[in-house]
Amino acid sequence: MTAIYKRELKSYLTSMVGYLFIFFILVLTGIYFSAYQLSATYPKFEYTLSAITFAFLIGVPILTMRVLAEERKQKTDQLLLTAPVSVSGIVIGKYLALVTVFAVPMAVMCTYPLIMSKFGTVEFASAYTAVLGFFLLGCANIAIGVFMSALTESQVIAAVLTFVFLFAFYMMNGISSFFSQTSMSTCVTFGLLILAAAIIIYTMIKNILISAVIGVIGEVALIIIYVVKSSIFEGGIQKVLDVFNLSGHFDNFTSNIFDIKGIVYFLSVIAVCLFLTTQSILKRRWN
Amino acid sequence: MIEVNNLVKRYGDHTAVDHLSFKIEKGKIYGFLGPNGAGKSTTMNMITGYIASTEGTVKIDGHDILEEPEAAKKCIGYLPEQPPVYFDMTVLEYMKFVADLKKIPKDKKTNMIEEIMDMVKISDMRNRLIKNLSKGYRQRVGLAEAIMGYPEVIILDEPTVGLDPKQIIEIRTLIKELKKKHTVILSSHILSEVSAVCDYVLIISHGKLVASDTPENLGKLAEGSNTLEMLIKGEKTQIRQALEGIEGVNSVTMEKDEKQNLWSVKVSTEEQNDIREKVFYKMSEINSPIYEMKSRKVSLEEIFLELTASDKPISADEVPNTPEDKDTDAGKSNETNVKQTSAEIPEEQNNDKGGEK
Repeated sequence: MTAIYKRELKSYLTSMVGYLFIFFILVLTGIYFSAYQLSATYPKFEYTLSAITFAFLIGVPILTMRVLAEERKQKTDQLLLTAPVSVSGIVIGKYLALVTVFAVPMAVMCTYPLIMSKFGTVEFASAYTAVLGFFLLGCANIAIGVFMSALTESQVIAAVLTFVFLFAFYMMNGISSFFSQTSMSTCVTFGLLILAAAIIIYTMIKNILISAVIGVIGEVALIIIYVVKSSIFEGGIQKVLDVFNLSGHFDNFTSNIFDIKGIVYFLSVIAVCLFLTTQSILKRRWN
Repeated sequence: MIEVNNLVKRYGDHTAVDHLSFKIEKGKIYGFLGPNGAGKSTTMNMITGYIASTEGTVKIDGHDILEEPEAAKKCIGYLPEQPPVYFDMTVLEYMKFVADLKKIPKDKKTNMIEEIMDMVKISDMRNRLIKNLSKGYRQRVGLAEAIMGYPEVIILDEPTVGLDPKQIIEIRTLIKELKKKHTVILSSHILSEVSAVCDYVLIISHGKLVASDTPENLGKLAEGSNTLEMLIKGEKTQIRQALEGIEGVNSVTMEKDEKQNLWSVKVSTEEQNDIREKVFYKMSEINSPIYEMKSRKVSLEEIFLELTASDKPISADEVPNTPEDKDTDAGKSNETNVKQTSAEIPEEQNNDKGGEK
């Protein structure tokens, strides 16, 4: 794991990609910092941070696109997967290297509140809470990028996929407001989802009986719950979509709240993405 | 050392490896031989744990590759078909990375790296970026990666592809040296390579093991018959009668060589029966001068071609002792022609003239 971490970090710091990412994040922070803090003399650094979360949409795909896709393309994954290292070790090593690259602009950002304190009073606690939230948000985004990179051997496809997902998560507030909140429509949506799941199961296992049984059981359970207590479905779609609302969970950090729930949320996103990455690499060996 | 049991790999409907079973013992060089697409690389990928088998098990030193992957992988060094090198690293950086990856203790690391780089002769290239190296050097770096940590088993997938003839000889010598401390498995579609280097040959065709034995034994199977090829001037029936009169002759085929107005004659004889002298005197008796005479043995190459051409698996004992020389004349002459062209390759390579085929 340490060998992979060291190699990966070195490779990012000897090629353009790592510097490009660091540069991009720092330039955006710099622009917003000088606009909000230096020109407008606004004392809250968290304001700048919440304004630049869109930087991840472009920065993260560039950073993560090659991390696993390139290994596969160059067939160097044959070395890693036949070496006495576990697959999760490989994934974690690579992920930590990416986080280290991301930690560089974060370290620079940590000095900004100190600079501001030269000119007035700064709420350090809330500023650094926001920095922590921003770091966790970035780490979660990077984990998503790593997972996308594991799915394909083309860097371009990995970058586009990462962008699409990050963009969808970024816009999640808007997307969830498209859906009606009534229990009826929620129930119908869930019903359609169960149907889709049954069809996907059928294409995977090619057994019409089992997939039909799963589909029917799901639908019946849904209808029973609806009949017994329909209020449970109210706003259900929004609740489900909220799971993917990364930037929404970051908002608390910028409004003076040290959000334990948010920390747990980001750590879970990271854990789930890295787990899925490991599984997708393992699964490929069986195909 | 390595036990492969009923190994199967299916890709959809296509069976790449079909119930393969064999055992690999310590201290020998094993050769996987088979035409392209026979399943050599797939088998090697399964032994090294890069891909999982559909059915069957691979045990390395008693460790199942899927159940105890880390223990099993520790015993193996693998050079895949395409050397798994990082283009953005220098040779030395790469060697250090591989040493760390294989968990070589710090105190041994530097010495081992130097030793291995000397062994495969890449010491001069230590500070060059791998992306700037030629194919041959990349192959050597890959080989160094496989040797790193001195694992008990070293698996090499087509180690000499892309090398020039001099490098091929060097790598072969190196592989023979490795035998002293390691078990080596290599794959190749070049027969002369396998017969030059290996102690034991496993011939694979269509994912099945069609023959496995030492090159000598496989060669012995082939010695069932010899063929004598001649160009003779004279009367057809006279020549045929004279030749058939010689003791030990199995069959005679004759074809008219219009250009030179000669008879191209092929005589198949029983094994270890040299009739050249007798033929010479017989022909002089009937006043038919011999313009050319060549003696040809059935080579390992022919056995290889024969085994891998058919879809039907043949076990080593059933390798035909007398290749189809008892067929009809027309069929036979075609058959022999194929063999001639193929038989020339190993000769050439044994003289170290032929590089890659």
